[in-house]
Amino acid sequence: MARMNMIQAINSALDVLMDRDPDIVVMGEDVGYFGGVFRATAGLQAKYGKTRVFDTPISELGIIGVAVGMGAYGLRPVPEIQFADYIYPAFDQLVSEAARLRYRSAGEFTAPITVRSPFGGGIFGGQTHSQSPEGIFTHVSGLKTVIPSTPYDAKGLLIAAIEDNDPVIFFEPKRIYNGPFSGHYDRPAKNWSQHPDGEVPEDYYRIELGKARVVRRGADLTILAYGTMVHVAAGVIEEQGIDAELIDLRTLLPLDIETIEESVKKTGRCMVIHEATRTSGFGAELSALVQERCFYHLEAPVERVTGYDTPYPHSLEWAYFPGPVRIGEAIKKIMKD
Amino acid sequence: MSTRPNLPPLRLHVPEPKYRPGDEADFGDIAIPAAGATPRPAVDAAPAAFHDLAYGLVRVLDDDGRAIGPWDPKLSPDTLRGILRAMAKTRAFDERMYRAQRQGKTSFYMKCTGEEAIACAQAYALHRDDMCFPSYRQQGLLIARDWPLIDMMNQIYSNKGDRLGGKQLPIMYSTREGSFFSISGNLATQLPQAVGWAMASAIKGDTRIASTWCGEGSTAEGDFHSACTFASVYRAPVILNVVNNQWAISSYSGFAGAEATTFAARAIGYGIAGLRVDGNDALAVYAATEWAAERARTNQGPTLIEFFTYRAEGHSTSDDPSAYRSAQEREKWPLGDPISRLKQHLIGLGEWDEERQAAMDLDVANEVKAAQKESEKNGILGHGMHQPMSTMFYDVFETLPWHLEEQKQDMLAEAKAAGIETS
Repeated sequence: MARMNMIQAINSALDVLMDRDPDIVVMGEDVGYFGGVFRATAGLQAKYGKTRVFDTPISELGIIGVAVGMGAYGLRPVPEIQFADYIYPAFDQLVSEAARLRYRSAGEFTAPITVRSPFGGGIFGGQTHSQSPEGIFTHVSGLKTVIPSTPYDAKGLLIAAIEDNDPVIFFEPKRIYNGPFSGHYDRPAKNWSQHPDGEVPEDYYRIELGKARVVRRGADLTILAYGTMVHVAAGVIEEQGIDAELIDLRTLLPLDIETIEESVKKTGRCMVIHEATRTSGFGAELSALVQERCFYHLEAPVERVTGYDTPYPHSLEWAYFPGPVRIGEAIKKIMKD
Repeated sequence: MSTRPNLPPLRLHVPEPKYRPGDEADFGDIAIPAAGATPRPAVDAAPAAFHDLAYGLVRVLDDDGRAIGPWDPKLSPDTLRGILRAMAKTRAFDERMYRAQRQGKTSFYMKCTGEEAIACAQAYALHRDDMCFPSYRQQGLLIARDWPLIDMMNQIYSNKGDRLGGKQLPIMYSTREGSFFSISGNLATQLPQAVGWAMASAIKGDTRIASTWCGEGSTAEGDFHSACTFASVYRAPVILNVVNNQWAISSYSGFAGAEATTFAARAIGYGIAGLRVDGNDALAVYAATEWAAERARTNQGPTLIEFFTYRAEGHSTSDDPSAYRSAQEREKWPLGDPISRLKQHLIGLGEWDEERQAAMDLDVANEVKAAQKESEKNGILGHGMHQPMSTMFYDVFETLPWHLEEQKQDMLAEAKAAGIETS
């Protein structure tokens, strides 16, 4: 075991797997010699060579397009998109190609690629360094979407994602790369070194996709969250002293519906929290599923605490971000219902 | 809007094809270099040396069907007859499947009439295991590689013999075994994919190369730019073929930028070797492809080839070209018909004659007819003998996740309740 932050855990996952599988290649803008703008690929080019870890032209379309072709050849590419906000030029290659290749060729050709991309806000990233576009990808048949919330999960899930034979969108919450975040932006930042989930095995291990993690057991309310919001929710639960069950979804698609259903049937209340904008966001899917499956167990309407339906603002970040105040008020409301 | 009286008003230029329905077509103004006039550089020539080739036209067959100049690939009569037969078979296949669509046996079809030389001669110039990333108009690749016609027809009919499970629109073939990448409806997406495949081949120290095709209209997509950039940056062993057939559905090539330059000339800006080739001259097509393949295979990098040709028929069975272009264009096209030209060449060599041509045409027609009969035993669209209904849920992912399993069960239960046969 070693102490790692999320960046180091991701780097370790890539290192461990590249050592095992010569067909894994890592590519993206600034990922090679420099080791990535967030250092996630630091040292990999020196260790595995330029033909396995390389810099690319600034073309997200090209990065994903060539990755699909490499996958069709038989490689296992791990392309990086520098910010999730810049994934859109590659949208056609992801939606029309990577996601559909297995289906349209009846399994003859596949796209076993894992697209890593930092996402989420809370860092004064403004409109184009803060977005959470996961709901756009969960809507696409043929893509899997994974979001870790701890260094331990980041490594185990990334290994499982890369080994998965389907295309995976792997969104990394950059706000918690270095440490968990309670949403109290005015308090000193914590580091993963003081957190139990910063203990990460140095060797190979995997966390199966499609399995949620129950962060905290509780009887009165089920909170569904992922990424940074897991830590924000945990903080509010502690501050309010309520007996909530907190579930970190980890994989949005395929979703761990059993864990969700079991929890909501037990608590009778469900709250969904995400940074992404509300309308047609992934929370809407979660809310609908809970309503369909737990209708007779619900004691209150499913509550959604999300980003507002606006582009991500710069100076107004803490009014926008679904932080402790907004979540706290929502918890009071749902517990009264 | 601010207007200054001393400046002329700005004007937007919107391209317009020269001939519309009812117009007399005359292609006399298209510069067609004589066969043999365009030089043949060494396969390791620097990309900057391709200016004249990118604006010229590689041609081997002259107006009398003689092979002339440095690009003559000097093929054996057997190879020439093989290419001729592949082209004739492709045309016969197109005729038959077009008619099948008109008879309501399938929903859709696209011919490649007039463009047969490009796919067929290229298939002969590539190795059997070089990976092809085609658009929807290179059926000649499969036919020249002797891929079973029945298999292609099963796909067109979406019947129970369709390996793709009836999931894909007709003509969107796929065969890994035939080194023919799954065709996508989204234009030009295959270009960066071919570059990536070629990069992968280079990463693994393989000897196979990739070849990809798009129409001139699709070069306007961002994928074309990305593919050229990546191919150039990594010197990928890939051939990027642009089939300039003058028309993208109803839009003439001017809307892809052809008024100002050639498509081959785009290679120059990317630092890629660029060739412009008579696409109706099977020998020129073969020679250019063989040259580009050799360049790729010896790690000299990618080549962009523009094949100058003409889309002799409608875009698809859903298209009526008489609504937007002169009906005379096909007859007036200065580069003629690829099958007639190769036939004339073989006859000139004393290796062919009209009787053998007639016998071959009959033979390929019969072969296509027999395959159609066999394929139709597996069913035609909308007449039963299709895939089981649950097929639609498989291959979205490697394994069926719970939500798809649930949706499958729901569908089967609903169908059962309604008395609908599900398999």
